[in-house]
Amino acid sequence: MLSEEDRRLLHILEQDCRLTPEELSIQTGLTPDYINKKIKQWEKDKVIVKYSLLVNHEKLEEDRVTALIDLKVLPQRGEGYDKIAQRFQKFPEIKSVFLMSGNYDLCLLIEGKNMYEIAQFVSDKLSPLDVIEATSTRFVLRRYKQDGIEFYGEEERPKRLVISP
Amino acid sequence: MKQYLSPLAANLKPSGIRKFFDLASSMENVISLGVGEPDFFTPWVMRESAIFSLEQGQTMYTSNAGLIELRRELSNYLAKHQGLNYNPENEILITVGASEAVDLAMRTLISPGDGVLIPDPSYVAYAGCATIAGGEIHYIPLRAENDFRLQVDDLRLAYTPNCKVLVLSYPNNPTGAIMTREDLLPIARFVCENDLIVISDEIYSDLTYEGNHTPFATLPYMRNRTLHISGFSKAYAMTGWRIGYVTGHSDLIQAMTRIHQYSIMCAPIMAQIAALEGLRNGESAKKSMLLEYDRRRRLMVHGFREMGLTCFDPLGAFYVFPNITVTGLSSDEFAEQLLKEERVAVIPGIAFGPAGEGHIRCSYAYSTEQLKEALERIARFVKKRL
Repeated sequence: MLSEEDRRLLHILEQDCRLTPEELSIQTGLTPDYINKKIKQWEKDKVIVKYSLLVNHEKLEEDRVTALIDLKVLPQRGEGYDKIAQRFQKFPEIKSVFLMSGNYDLCLLIEGKNMYEIAQFVSDKLSPLDVIEATSTRFVLRRYKQDGIEFYGEEERPKRLVISP
Repeated sequence: MKQYLSPLAANLKPSGIRKFFDLASSMENVISLGVGEPDFFTPWVMRESAIFSLEQGQTMYTSNAGLIELRRELSNYLAKHQGLNYNPENEILITVGASEAVDLAMRTLISPGDGVLIPDPSYVAYAGCATIAGGEIHYIPLRAENDFRLQVDDLRLAYTPNCKVLVLSYPNNPTGAIMTREDLLPIARFVCENDLIVISDEIYSDLTYEGNHTPFATLPYMRNRTLHISGFSKAYAMTGWRIGYVTGHSDLIQAMTRIHQYSIMCAPIMAQIAALEGLRNGESAKKSMLLEYDRRRRLMVHGFREMGLTCFDPLGAFYVFPNITVTGLSSDEFAEQLLKEERVAVIPGIAFGPAGEGHIRCSYAYSTEQLKEALERIARFVKKRL
């Protein structure tokens, strides 16, 4: 269980992981020394997995295609789906691997330069595997929200009067 | 046409912040710390439920006291979170913001000439509403050395035998002060001894950063002597929806409902529906806003102290109230010169009553980037005057 202080610290880090321990200290009331130790501990325990950047590639007008690939997979004796899922997670093209309920078993999120590149990856790397019974590839046409961030729509903050009581 | 105004309307003074509103609105590149409302949108679950209700055609009057589902949910919420027990049938009234509840409370309790005890500094509407109701204002000075907590000795000094109503407002606008149960107990005893009724505006109760908020009505013998006022504007970021409530003894609430019935009819139905959704499913959004305010609060207090200003630790609401007397300026001069020189709008403490002099109210309902920029500008301004 997180203490109230640690919850405050993690909340701020989730909003902005670029803050220094000194800045975090001002905003939490904890000492920089405690914050340093805590962050190191969280990194070691994989509570903090990565400090990541969310880029809106549409703004850069770069060629980039994202696809969701649903897979029907034969579970393996003693391994279930873990072995095949671990094999998939090694591919750098595959950004996420999920075990799913429903008609398909695994769902992969793949990024590539274009549709051809992704189609090539599916036909070369995935389809030939014996354990895969069926695939269904769906391309992402537009990204509206990711990791809690809205890419389109309302302003970040509401418009208010300059002064109110 | 002024000859047609009643003496009351003609003599009612505008709020002290009006001047700054006009000045700041006419300038470019102003960072305003003068806003008394959240910088968050109303949580989506609540907005969505109101949109859905409109699609369903829920556009009619509700009962005068408000939707019974909302009153029941509120009754449960107050019991669970604040230890307050009110019957949703006759002890809860849904109002158009907490502001209407303050106005109704004054009009229900006050006869011309009755004394109304109001802490100073305080939110600008209390004295205005008490005056409209014919009350005689008795200010009780709050002091920085007591962390702006009301002291029973100061209350005793302000009291005269014609006093009938005491206004309390904790967590406090403009100071950010809170009062603990221990702080409130002597006040409650004084209320009993002098047969006072309390209007307790606890609109910021969910924005308390250390310890739990103590509702005044939970103190011994205070339930029936207190009109407990709150609303959804601050904690649920719903200022524009205008939705609040008042709870108390059924005799008082029923009398207030009669005035409300003639003047307002009922609070807007879509706002009531959104509030109901907030009580049912808005808790996590509320908590995440609280965490964000707490972080900014610490940033602001640290920033003002670094500049060399005395700034007490505000443990509630979303305001800091630093002391600016070391600059040699009055609060009015400070605010006006700061706005002109550095384009930062703050509210002079004097706008909230004479005891607010020597302080400025700064809201931290802004992003940390905006707050950091504002602090830099204020620091530059203060440095020239130390």
